[in-house]
Amino acid sequence: MHIPQYHRLKKQLYRLEGNVCRECSHKFFPARIVCPDCKSRQLEPFQFSGRGEIYSFTRGTLKSHYAQEGPIALIKLEEGVTILSQLTDVDYDQISFGMKVEMVIRKIREYGPNGLLIYGHKFRPILN
Amino acid sequence: MKQQIPVGIISYGCYIPRYRFKTSVLSEVWGESLGPIPELSIPGPDEDTITMAIEASSMALRKIGLDPKKIRAVWVGTESKPYAVKPSSTIVAEAIGATPDVSAADFEFACKAGTEAMQTAAAFVGSGMAEYALAIGMDTAQSKPGDTLEFTAGAGGAAFIFGKKEESIAWLEESYSYVTDTPDFFRRANLPFPEHGGRFTGEPAYFTHLLSAARKIMEITGLSAKDFDYAVFHQPNPKFPSLAGKMLGFKPEQIEPGLLSPYIGNTYAGSSLIGMAATLDVAKPGQRILMVSFGSGAGSDAFVFTVTDKIEALKGKTPPVKSYLNRRKEVNDYGLYAIFQKKIKRG
Amino acid sequence: MREVAIVGIGQTPVREHWDRSLKQLAVDSILSAMADAKVEKVDALYVGNMLSYELAGQENLGAVIADQAGLYDIEVSKIEAACASGAAALRAGIIAVAGGAQEVVVCCGVEKMTDFLTDTVSQGLATAADWEAETLHGVTFCGLNALLMQRYMYEYKVKHEDFAGFVVNAHQNGISNEMAMYRNPITFEQYNKAVEVTAPITLLDSCPICDGSASVVICPLERAKEFTDKPVKITGSSCAYERVAVAARKDILFFEGVYKSAQKAYQQAGRGPKDINIFEPHDAFTIITALSLEACGFAEKGKAVNLAREGKISLGGELPITTMGGLKSRGHPVGGTGIYQVIEVVQQLKGQAGKNQVKDCSVGMTQSIGGAGTVVVTHILEV
Repeated sequence: MHIPQYHRLKKQLYRLEGNVCRECSHKFFPARIVCPDCKSRQLEPFQFSGRGEIYSFTRGTLKSHYAQEGPIALIKLEEGVTILSQLTDVDYDQISFGMKVEMVIRKIREYGPNGLLIYGHKFRPILN
Repeated sequence: MKQQIPVGIISYGCYIPRYRFKTSVLSEVWGESLGPIPELSIPGPDEDTITMAIEASSMALRKIGLDPKKIRAVWVGTESKPYAVKPSSTIVAEAIGATPDVSAADFEFACKAGTEAMQTAAAFVGSGMAEYALAIGMDTAQSKPGDTLEFTAGAGGAAFIFGKKEESIAWLEESYSYVTDTPDFFRRANLPFPEHGGRFTGEPAYFTHLLSAARKIMEITGLSAKDFDYAVFHQPNPKFPSLAGKMLGFKPEQIEPGLLSPYIGNTYAGSSLIGMAATLDVAKPGQRILMVSFGSGAGSDAFVFTVTDKIEALKGKTPPVKSYLNRRKEVNDYGLYAIFQKKIKRG
Repeated sequence: MREVAIVGIGQTPVREHWDRSLKQLAVDSILSAMADAKVEKVDALYVGNMLSYELAGQENLGAVIADQAGLYDIEVSKIEAACASGAAALRAGIIAVAGGAQEVVVCCGVEKMTDFLTDTVSQGLATAADWEAETLHGVTFCGLNALLMQRYMYEYKVKHEDFAGFVVNAHQNGISNEMAMYRNPITFEQYNKAVEVTAPITLLDSCPICDGSASVVICPLERAKEFTDKPVKITGSSCAYERVAVAARKDILFFEGVYKSAQKAYQQAGRGPKDINIFEPHDAFTIITALSLEACGFAEKGKAVNLAREGKISLGGELPITTMGGLKSRGHPVGGTGIYQVIEVVQQLKGQAGKNQVKDCSVGMTQSIGGAGTVVVTHILEV
């Protein structure tokens, strides 16, 4: 997967930028090409706050190329959109349904010792 | 050194990973006596200088609610760059939303790379070239397996946003740099671990440069230890900064708030910066802080900051250094430590 | 539109076939199905397969396999719909025959998964998920299903051990199926002690990585007697899909694609859930079995596990499922599975299921799912 693909994904990975339909106001993450609800193509960038709660979770990830094997979760963001992301800085047995989490940027993938490093969103329990 | 336009720190953020490694494990594994620091902070497998710098910078922005697009420079000082060629700074700049109208570059000067970035950020704002500039010192300190450095190498650092004095929470009264070519500690390109000169890193390196810079800035400003409320020094271990402080006439309580290496180890380019962040967490308006770094190679940057009343409004807005210090997950196994420190990898 | 019938079946055993390649397996089942239909000339070959590029370095399978089978002067195509590729290949054939474009067609499902290590195979299977929203973040296919199972257990207060019945039943039926990969029974105790793969999914919730190929010959119903005394009529054939990324769905515990595909098939056949005598669901993971049964209308939401507990899914029960072992015990050679399911229902309807024979069955249903409930192909077969 390569350099141009990640170049296109920067804003999604680094800033949790999805989009919002100008006609029906529905929000999406990752960004969509056509609004699935009203079929409009008038979609503009929308940056999510990064705060949400856990809707489901599991552990076990692909081994090769991944920076860390760890928990994965479905997270319901405060804007009402659900996303899939890795969890970090939390032990598996501390995770619970409805737990409040916040976005951080971590290393997601590493293409070998010579290859690209991919950074992107993960979520952790809120640090106060 | 003075700027055309008076400048200061307008916000700051920090980062320390949650993992703590007991150095007594090193003693067992290598058959050595106990080291000077009981625990070191180490990065998790998905963390590196870039991820840590992004968090510290994001927290700095969040603390004052600054629009990232106003930042005109993002400079990361580190000696643990994930890419040898490809700036960590551009990734940080992109992640915090400062691109594209921004300057970016990585600074290297061993443990004073972060304060070099601060010196430059002060100049960038002070010259009128930028309204805001971001300087970061961050490291996941490296050390050879079994070497003395392994007993003190930690991970962490801080980010400082520089702006005009009127907006600052701590304005920069004076700054100074003292540099010579002194190879007390170095790492050749393409090698993973540094070499060091043992006891040479003490008197001819750390103490000569740090004390010279501190004494020179005190001479320039006409200030002495009693005129300061706090002093923050580069802290490779608990002993050096305490001794330096004593030699400069500081009392232990002036140094204590900014002394973190007893708890997390030597965070290299993040060291004096995270000490400064911890000091700002407790400092009150009107208090004066002396900050002196040391970087092998060798040199020291010295700063005199005076805290303004704007600092009160920022308290509690983001997690203080203490929150990062207090969150901990023990890693008490050398194998796991070596994986986290990237000394060994899955084949 | 003409009605379509199945007039020949052929399948290889599902195994780790160290000595047979993708092409050899496909040719085996194609020629076997053609021999069963006593046919030497066909108009087209549709090959259902998902991973030939990643695991055999080969695309263009329609031509490649027809060539190896010695079938010339025919139309060829590879059909891909993730794990539903086999059933989708059958659907493509049905559409061609029903519409009158082709007469006698062979639909082959094939997959060769065992040439590479598990990690590579997992990466291949994960391509069924949404790259930007899911795979990029390291979730495996198993992981996506684990997220569904975890939420299911939480919302409906169902325990992991409640799913055991699906597995025990599937393995019980696999014992007497010579084509099955696993022919050993599994007890409730073994299920509850199984090793975790991706919490809460354990090894015994999951189907195996394996090789196999299965083919059917189809033709217009009006010509079926040219090839066999007992043709099996295809009365329902449908495809539906839903939003690929699990997180994008309005209700992750309702398989909308399964519901729509089942409804379309029922309408075409003039049937409802109560009319189905046997059902081959896509039991790749026990959670898929549960959610499929619910969305097809065989159980209320959150209640599918009761069917297993109450013995309703066994060969003698109200709704026998996985009658020849299912994906769990017979195996899931991904692109091949859709055709294996159809063949098993054909055998049941024709009274050729041996020890696994379900009594008095005349209406059977098969359902093949690609991705985590993403693309669904349903067939209803009758005699």
